[in-house]
Amino acid sequence: MSHLRFHIRFPEDKIREPIIYQIGREYNVVTDVRRADVRDTTGWADVELSGDTMEIERAVAGLRAKGCVVDPIELNVVE
Amino acid sequence: MSKMKALVCRECGKEYPTKAIHVCEMCFGPLEVKYNYDEIKKTISRKKIEDGPRSMWRYLDLLPVEGTNFVGPHAGFTPLVRAKNLGAYLGLDELYIKNDTVNHPTLSFKDRVVAVALTRARELGFETVACASTGNLANSVAAHAASANLHCYVFIPGDLEAAKVLGNLIYKPHVVEIEGNYDDVNRLCSEIAGEHGWAFVNINIRPYYAEGSKTLAFETVEQLGWKTPDQVVIPMASGSLLTKIWKGLHEMKALGLIDYVHTKINGAQAEGCSPISTAFKAGRDFFKPVKPQTIAKSLAIGNPADGYYALKATAESHGSMDMVTDEEVVEGIQLLAQTEGIFAETAGGVTIGVLKKLVKQGVIKKDEVTVAYVTGNGLKTQEAVIDSVGRPVRIQPSLVDFEKTFKMGKNGGGDA
Repeated sequence: MSHLRFHIRFPEDKIREPIIYQIGREYNVVTDVRRADVRDTTGWADVELSGDTMEIERAVAGLRAKGCVVDPIELNVVE
Repeated sequence: MSKMKALVCRECGKEYPTKAIHVCEMCFGPLEVKYNYDEIKKTISRKKIEDGPRSMWRYLDLLPVEGTNFVGPHAGFTPLVRAKNLGAYLGLDELYIKNDTVNHPTLSFKDRVVAVALTRARELGFETVACASTGNLANSVAAHAASANLHCYVFIPGDLEAAKVLGNLIYKPHVVEIEGNYDDVNRLCSEIAGEHGWAFVNINIRPYYAEGSKTLAFETVEQLGWKTPDQVVIPMASGSLLTKIWKGLHEMKALGLIDYVHTKINGAQAEGCSPISTAFKAGRDFFKPVKPQTIAKSLAIGNPADGYYALKATAESHGSMDMVTDEEVVEGIQLLAQTEGIFAETAGGVTIGVLKKLVKQGVIKKDEVTVAYVTGNGLKTQEAVIDSVGRPVRIQPSLVDFEKTFKMGKNGGGDA
């Protein structure tokens, strides 16, 4: 079981969609939202995904396929 | 009692022991060092600082290390240059350049943060240090690790220019080229940091690492005769440098080293990667990540970790932000070189370009004491200006040709 933390930014046209819920249903991962900020035109969430490493990879790919930007919790670390 | 009280979450305030951790377990917010200011206040003084070493370690009382076995003992205390020529050109009476192009040992401000990070990493028992970098950070980590006999891993994107790779290889770290784009490199490094017991300077050691930037504020104040400047212009990549200069100024006030902080903090970015400046100009308190496309590679962080905090600090100080085109970056580099004899890398061009804009806009006024932070050496980014500096004048090996070319008479003078 792995636990990986991500900063997920939602596309403007999908702010009202329950994307985190969908990911938890579509992939065998547990989603744990710790912090989020959702407004009319922008939204992000800091989320821990728990599960098999490969399944987390698939869930991240799934988030990206829905138009989300998925970064590590630290955001950009390449300086 | 230790001068370090705890690591504290910048979001929810939860406190943690001063170990190699960087994210709050409760809310995933970033951690930073909290100090016992009451304890520090008992011993710190201007005199004690002035009697200290001619390096950034003269501010040891306000740096997050416990001992004096420093890695990078010569970092910092770089010149604060009174820029009379550039000031006259821009219409400023009292302009200074904080010149970190000559910082030791790798000619960028990163030597400050890395010296703190590796000193702390060694104190915490680490034998291997690492970073993910496209330039200055990698150079500095590799150089400091070599001098401290630490194992070193430097992770770089697979398409990095040969000259920049060489700047790392010379120190003989493990340089790991990762196939894939910036995002792939970024994510892998975060995962490696989570899995391996290494000191990743800008990940799990980041709370300590970032504190090194405060020394730019401390030195500026001391070199101005224990006065704060009216205006500062700071280049922004992650935004950390700007927030730490702001923090440093307030620490000096809290400890009675200065009477007040009236400094306006101004942030500078390149147009091709300006998520923070764009948000500021739009009046937003949040930024939207971008895909960087600029020659100012050392500032090319599209999703900056401290972007939100940089916006907050700038607003608190009643400062401003702006951005410049790549052409203006090159002009800025040339202007600084030709007026003050300082050859800055592209980030310096961004700072000077934005300084020029802010003066023109009336944000920075003629009689305000202004400091521009120039954070890296131009020899590292020569490709940025190679097409803009012209060619040498070519002559035959004869005095006649020389004098003819420069239209000189017997008494000299003339120009080509």
